[in-house]
Amino acid sequence: MTLEYDVVIVGAGPAGSITAKFAAENGASVLMIEKRQEIGSPVRCGEGIARYWIESVGIPLDKKWIAYEVEGAKIVSPNGTEFCIDERHAGEEVGTVIERDLFDKALARHAAKAGAEIMLKSTVVGLLKDNGKVTGVRVDQMGKRFDVKAGCVVGADGFESQVGRWGGIDTTLKAKDITTCFQYRMTDINPDPNYCEFILGTEAPGGYVWVFPKGKDTANVGLGMQLSKVREKGDPKKYLDMYIESDERFKNGKILDMVCGAVSISAPLDQTVTDGLILVGDAARMIDAITGGGIANACRAGKVAGEVLAKCVKEKDFSAERLQEYEKGWRAQIEERLYRDWMAKEKLVTLSNETFDKIIATLAEVGVEKLNVYNILKVIEAKHPELVEEFADLL
Amino acid sequence: MGVTVSDSGLMEVDTSLCMHCGACVGTCPRNSIFLNEVIITFDDSCNQCGLCVRVCPIGAIDKPEGAE
Ligand SMILES: Cc1cc2nc3c(=O)[nH]c(=O)nc-3n(C[C@H](O)[C@H](O)[C@H](O)COP(=O)(O)OP(=O)(O)OC[C@H]3O[C@@H](n4cnc5c(N)ncnc54)[C@H](O)[C@@H]3O)c2cc1C
Repeated sequence: MTLEYDVVIVGAGPAGSITAKFAAENGASVLMIEKRQEIGSPVRCGEGIARYWIESVGIPLDKKWIAYEVEGAKIVSPNGTEFCIDERHAGEEVGTVIERDLFDKALARHAAKAGAEIMLKSTVVGLLKDNGKVTGVRVDQMGKRFDVKAGCVVGADGFESQVGRWGGIDTTLKAKDITTCFQYRMTDINPDPNYCEFILGTEAPGGYVWVFPKGKDTANVGLGMQLSKVREKGDPKKYLDMYIESDERFKNGKILDMVCGAVSISAPLDQTVTDGLILVGDAARMIDAITGGGIANACRAGKVAGEVLAKCVKEKDFSAERLQEYEKGWRAQIEERLYRDWMAKEKLVTLSNETFDKIIATLAEVGVEKLNVYNILKVIEAKHPELVEEFADLL
Repeated sequence: MGVTVSDSGLMEVDTSLCMHCGACVGTCPRNSIFLNEVIITFDDSCNQCGLCVRVCPIGAIDKPEGAE
């Protein structure tokens, strides 16, 4: 007997679980397939998220998965100049530092409560197709191989996503559009307990070092660097080790956890749907190219996806045309900012330490009401017009 | 070659370093890498371009000895 569902979701991260929740809540039969043996673990994340967007994706804030709360963001330039901004205006990654493994499990629980089925330790190894239309998935599960038929397959399989490429959607990234990351959770250190910290400059070529506190003496200390700037194998870990060595605050640090991972810092894809298939979250390259944060966008797109898929189920239509409602829906919410931040990133990765110093000093002096590329450029333009010349098309 | 290195003939993976994060899978321009929870395999479409070697945050992947 072949299993059959209206919607089969590959990956039980935030994108998968929110899609599952909204599809199931609105009447679809849903199966979510996850290859790991435990949802959310091992953690591959800096764990910073803002408070303000969570409830808009149908998830109540819950102390169980909030590790720590900060006042805002602190951005540090290469010469040590600091610029601080209140969490309400500091973007989508700043406000709380979460326990990401508990967070992902909480989202999966919401999906299950809405009626979605979940399979763990089950790897999707390929797509079923009929006349070019995606009709299901092939699964390896603890020594068994079987097929699951679906009205629509959802690729929520994260950065590593293969589902899109198997289904004919080109999600290939250029080296300049990838950030490779290494992180330690360290304890017995002295992070600034009031801020999520972002440290800019050549210590993290084309990226930054982050220090996100998880308590007064514990923090996620990580580094991301642009893949095109990697010279030797293992550079991300080497650069992070060098940075930690250079910062007094980490002198006595002990390591509780190690994290590897990569994020896309690309422009949004041209296409995220095809007949019988949609992509959501990191699989659809929805990460912000400046911050590298993607949880908020994965959840927002997941909500749109789930709602649209439930309608498609009622109409029994999963054609690419019908799925345009999803394509348009997620773009209306996040595409413009994704594109603008990608354009800005293309310039930012070329700046010298001295230019970062000037920019941060100007922000620290003049202030900026809400942290986004446009506001930052406006503030700098007033003082150092020469610095923003290259960014003119963004103003 | 260290005792923990598994060599498919295409690429070598040091299994004592690999943290199964999938950075290489998402980066591979030919979609040649597969990660079955914790086991990485390369298929014949791999042309040893070396992007996986550079993207791996911990340096677990290398070309086999003798490869360009
Ligand atoms: C080091 C690092 C730090 C980060 N820090 C932050 C941060 O502070 N704030 C923030 O907002 N974002 C951060 N991000 C980005 C954030 O983690 C992602 O945007 C987010 O996880 C996207 O959710 P997702 O559901 O799309 O994918 P994921 O959370 O990656 O979930 C994908 C799931 O699919 C599963 N899967 C993959 N292939 C298959 C298959 N073939 N079969 C079955 N299952 C499969 C995977 O096991 C995984 O569980 C960070 C990323 C990294 C790497």
